[in-house]
Amino acid sequence: MHIVEVSGIHKSYKSTKALDDISFDVNYGEIFGFIGPDGAGKTTLFRILTTLLIPDKGNALVLGNDVVKDYKKIRKRVGYMAGRFSLYQDLTVEENLKFYATIFGTTIEENYDLIKEIYVQIEPFKKRRAGKLSGGMKQKLALCCALIHKPDLLILDEPTTGVDPVSRNEFWDMLMNLKEQGITILVSTPYMNEAALCDRVALIQNGKTLSIDTPENIINRYTKIILGVRSDNMYDLLLKLQKYKYTHSVQPFGEYLHYTDKREKPNLEELKDYLNKNGHTSSEIITTPPDIEDCFMELMEEKEHVN
Amino acid sequence: MRTIRFILRKEFLQIFRNKAMLPIIFIIPLIQLIILANAVTFEIKNITFNVIDFDQSSYSRELISKFTASNYFTFNRSSFSVENSQEDFRTNDSKLIIVIPKNFEKDFIKTGNSKVQLLIRAEDGNAAVIIQNYSTNIIRQFNIGIIPEWQGANTWKTPPMIDITYSNWFNPQLNYKTYMVPGILVLLVTTVGMFLTGMNITREKEMGTIEQINVTPIKKYQFIIGKLIPFWIISLFELAFGLLVAKIIFDIPILGSIFLIFFVASIYLFVVLGIGLFISTITETQQQSMFIAWFCMIVFLLMGGIFTPIESMPSWAQTIAFFNPVAHFNKAMRMIMLKGSDLSDIHQTIYFLLIYATVILSLSVWRYRKVS
Repeated sequence: MHIVEVSGIHKSYKSTKALDDISFDVNYGEIFGFIGPDGAGKTTLFRILTTLLIPDKGNALVLGNDVVKDYKKIRKRVGYMAGRFSLYQDLTVEENLKFYATIFGTTIEENYDLIKEIYVQIEPFKKRRAGKLSGGMKQKLALCCALIHKPDLLILDEPTTGVDPVSRNEFWDMLMNLKEQGITILVSTPYMNEAALCDRVALIQNGKTLSIDTPENIINRYTKIILGVRSDNMYDLLLKLQKYKYTHSVQPFGEYLHYTDKREKPNLEELKDYLNKNGHTSSEIITTPPDIEDCFMELMEEKEHVN
Repeated sequence: MRTIRFILRKEFLQIFRNKAMLPIIFIIPLIQLIILANAVTFEIKNITFNVIDFDQSSYSRELISKFTASNYFTFNRSSFSVENSQEDFRTNDSKLIIVIPKNFEKDFIKTGNSKVQLLIRAEDGNAAVIIQNYSTNIIRQFNIGIIPEWQGANTWKTPPMIDITYSNWFNPQLNYKTYMVPGILVLLVTTVGMFLTGMNITREKEMGTIEQINVTPIKKYQFIIGKLIPFWIISLFELAFGLLVAKIIFDIPILGSIFLIFFVASIYLFVVLGIGLFISTITETQQQSMFIAWFCMIVFLLMGGIFTPIESMPSWAQTIAFFNPVAHFNKAMRMIMLKGSDLSDIHQTIYFLLIYATVILSLSVWRYRKVS
């Protein structure tokens, strides 16, 4: 028995296929991440799971209830945070929280333990209108409101988009804490580095899931050897490497370019030679373990080639 | 119940936190009543007129002095060329030209028949008709005064005449304010009810807050009641405020029962709020809902008998007006306020409004489910 069971979901907007045969299961107590670029279908999928949208085809069970037939039961037990801040901007922090507590038939006091750690951070501003909060604060308030009825499942649609890196890290810490309290979390993000923080991730692109597994397994399945290349002129280096005849892929990655070879094993000497000839005499080449981002890039590129 | 109470509290909190709200509630009715009630009148004064008197006789001069003596007309200038005089039509200096032909007096004495030409500027048709009526009235009076004068010489008997006298019931002085103010109160209640409801729900759509509400176990009827009741209360308050202003400033007669006015208004408001709610279900932004509400308002008001009587419309328009809630409410308001009608006199209006409210509310509730 899984907390979320999705099989063969289709959803189209006119001629655009937003979701094309999506199936996956989410286990109790895990953080399940959906990673994918903008327009991949993440929001559509979440709107179906939160009963805001009806799928064209396929079944979805949330907490054992069908999203179409038993939507009322689902709404009581799921917490949803939409991608866009959707609390009342003209109500204060406290009023918003109280309002959502009341319509879920509970009170702030009753579930205070659950939100305490997050709420104390915004409590000094509880008399401030939600519209006047900073981005990170808004997000914390939205999370509090989504948690106030002690949901079994938390569905977060791109909660960290447009939030600064420090607040993003804080936010993930909060999610880890919630997971420890037994709440299952379904989260979507366009940031690939956040994938490593999930228990399992699904890569989604053009309405299709490419791979669903734990971050470790996804990395382990990656067979290519990755070389990190660096030199004085990184942009020129990128251009030169793109022209190299054995290049399979080259992507900027922090202070290095991640390079993979078309052959089974790259020939370091040859590569060094090629770079020397092209004016990169002081280049540095290291081998580096694959990151989850490398794996996704690879998977997405493979998919594009198939198409 | 607890949920509805809390939703209502939240709505009122938001409504009164909106800075535009208090002016809307207090200033708009004052301005509408004071300006509109004083401005909207069908009387025309200071009608400027030109004279072309080819006769230059004592009769012609007497006729012109009748015009100048009246409160409604102001003499502009006199000339001897129609073309020259018509220049003033173009420059808006004159609204009426009276042309008195040569031998006006002579013909009158000889044959008892004479002609006067009235040229009226008619880009505003209503005004032209009124000017025509005033003028013919003056000429008729002139006629009555002049007949015995020349008949006296001939010692004929005065021809038998029927003397018509008027008595205007329910508004003896034909005071336009008495007639307009109930209509303006109707306009006021309709504006507030329809616009505010429509915009309030589309605002939730625009801000995305409806998304968060839709994932909660909140029931549809709770949400809709929470949206309608505040504006129902505000509109009724608005009516009370308007009636108070009407009584204090214009001393408008309120012959019927105040309780009945509010009873009819409270039913009528469900129609108006229902229309507002329906508009909000078919629009996505406040701008769209505003535009559609405005369009409905214009049609309802112009065909509602507030400014022009429904009886003067062509019969097809009267059929349309029958389905116009504003027309029914307006009629009931005037009947209660000016005539002191009671429940039995307006029971048909009440039935109509009840049916209308039921239909429009069910329609919008049904539509609302489809969107969420």
